[in-house]
Amino acid sequence: MMMPSCKEVTRLVSEGLDRELGFGERVALRVHFMMCKGCRNFEDQMGQLRKAMQDLARDQDERHA
Amino acid sequence: MKGRPPEKSDFRTQLEQQRPYLLRFAALQLRDPNAAEDAVQETLLAALAGEANFAGRSNLRTWLTGILKHKIIDSIRRAAREPSAGAELEDDAAFDPLFRANGHWKDRPQAWEEPQGALEQKQFLGVLEQCLARLPQKTARVFMLREHLGLDTDEICKELAITPTHCWVLLYRARMALRLCLDERWFGKGSGKAADKR
Repeated sequence: MMMPSCKEVTRLVSEGLDRELGFGERVALRVHFMMCKGCRNFEDQMGQLRKAMQDLARDQDERHA
Repeated sequence: MKGRPPEKSDFRTQLEQQRPYLLRFAALQLRDPNAAEDAVQETLLAALAGEANFAGRSNLRTWLTGILKHKIIDSIRRAAREPSAGAELEDDAAFDPLFRANGHWKDRPQAWEEPQGALEQKQFLGVLEQCLARLPQKTARVFMLREHLGLDTDEICKELAITPTHCWVLLYRARMALRLCLDERWFGKGSGKAADKR
């Protein structure tokens, strides 16, 4: 994969949470992240979303005990 | 003779006490009150029949949730077999407005500040639940199996009889929609942080 656009990056970041990305895909992401703060933030947000879902699964206990 | 209520077994009482929690868990996952009710009922029956298996385990709720997860998956599997549950695979035009024609962000994502403290965390998770409730049915189902029950995509594909690609598309859509919803309702607008846009 050559220079992906931000839109394509969002897709890759999401898939990276569900499958192992190929070498080329990972390199393309790294290169893109170096230049693009927006996509770096997006990647962080996806991590935060995943963590929030885990907190939700755990926290349902306490909140609705 | 004190008028004691007819002695229900302790175990049965303890199970009943968990019902509201289990119902919430199942409803969040299945988004269908009847299906949730059924799954919980089956869970409690299975638990009652399997009381011996519980002996010695420390946490009743954890044990019941484990059973419930299986019942939820059964329920989803049944629903997936129904003819109505065809693929809802359109393209991702829904998210096009986020990007310019060249595929770059129109509105660059801004860093999210983690909720601080227990209260804020609790409110945040409340907003997350509201956002989950707004997802389309099938999208939500896949996302919840993935991120709430923690199944991997292979398992999800198998259960729902969909291709991995379809699965990734649905997960992508769920994440994009949740990101927008959280951005709007929690992180971004109205919290004063919109000011450092740009």
